[in-house]
Amino acid sequence: MKILKIIALILLVVFVGIQFIPIERNQSDLVPKTDFLTVNNTPDNIGKLLQVACYDCHSNNTAYPWYNKVQPIAWFLEDHIKEGKKELNFSEWDEYSNRRKNSKLKSIISQIRDDKMPLFSYTLLHRDAVYSDSEKEEVINYMKAIKGSLQ
Amino acid sequence: MKKVRVTTAIMAMGFIGLTAMSCKDGKAEHSEEATMHTEMNHEEGMNHDEMDASNTMMDSDTQNSQSKQVLADYMSLKDALVATDEKAAANAGKKLENTLKNFKVDSYTSDDQKELKEIIETATEHAEHIGRSDIAHQREHFQMLTKDITDMVAITGTANTLYQQFCPMYAGNKGGAWLSMEKEIRNPYFGDKMMKCGKVQKEIN
Repeated sequence: MKILKIIALILLVVFVGIQFIPIERNQSDLVPKTDFLTVNNTPDNIGKLLQVACYDCHSNNTAYPWYNKVQPIAWFLEDHIKEGKKELNFSEWDEYSNRRKNSKLKSIISQIRDDKMPLFSYTLLHRDAVYSDSEKEEVINYMKAIKGSLQ
Repeated sequence: MKKVRVTTAIMAMGFIGLTAMSCKDGKAEHSEEATMHTEMNHEEGMNHDEMDASNTMMDSDTQNSQSKQVLADYMSLKDALVATDEKAAANAGKKLENTLKNFKVDSYTSDDQKELKEIIETATEHAEHIGRSDIAHQREHFQMLTKDITDMVAITGTANTLYQQFCPMYAGNKGGAWLSMEKEIRNPYFGDKMMKCGKVQKEIN
């Protein structure tokens, strides 16, 4: 019994301790000129859909809910965001070459179409990021139109 | 990204350093360098004299061996997809990723350099995805990769005749193209399910 208490105490100390480890937050008040929504002058309804379902991991500005500021969840999330931004960063959209934009749009379309994005682990807590069938179609058609305008 | 840049910088400095040294020290280093190049290019059966003939010669030779390697990696990826072998395709993808990352564009004109850099950037991404995806996803990226490699060949040229082939049934009947060294159709998008589906669209020389 005593041992259990000691272990619990150690865990608690560690848990509290790791909360003080500084972490780099993916937050920025500035919307860069290269942002997808700015560059394409995206209509508000589509912009909202993208921001709610994509921008947390695919832009330079994450809207963190409180539980995502708690370690070790924050670490797990940090990793996801880093990975997500490497694949696609809407904030840096206009820095991509046309070729890269094309390839990204194609992937965006197929990922949304096949329900691979947004990730299940994300929609689990962000219920508002789940697209209805009509929203899905709206976003896909919009991406197709952007893709068409590039060629 | 930073690491890549640093590595490139170091390699570039190393290369410049080596070149400078071999100019100064004359024969000893010179023949060593020549042997090295011969080893690298022995497939093409070049000899020392041809190698040392001129700088341009060396440039175009590096160009050839680089783009040849890209095509060779692409073809082994294609063959793995024809065999519907996910693991082999992943390995080929990783190999291609590596080859593309080491591709030097310096010897091309500045316009070509810009285009090549963009091609390499996206092609590397596709290759990287192929290295860690399931077969369906590998094929999706292979289709996009094919466009990049085709455009690349338009710049670099090719020693072998290539056949641009096309299967109209891939991607919900939107169709998908690929490159092959052989005229005969062996479908990388469907493999066994539809091995013969497709036709030659174009010969690239």
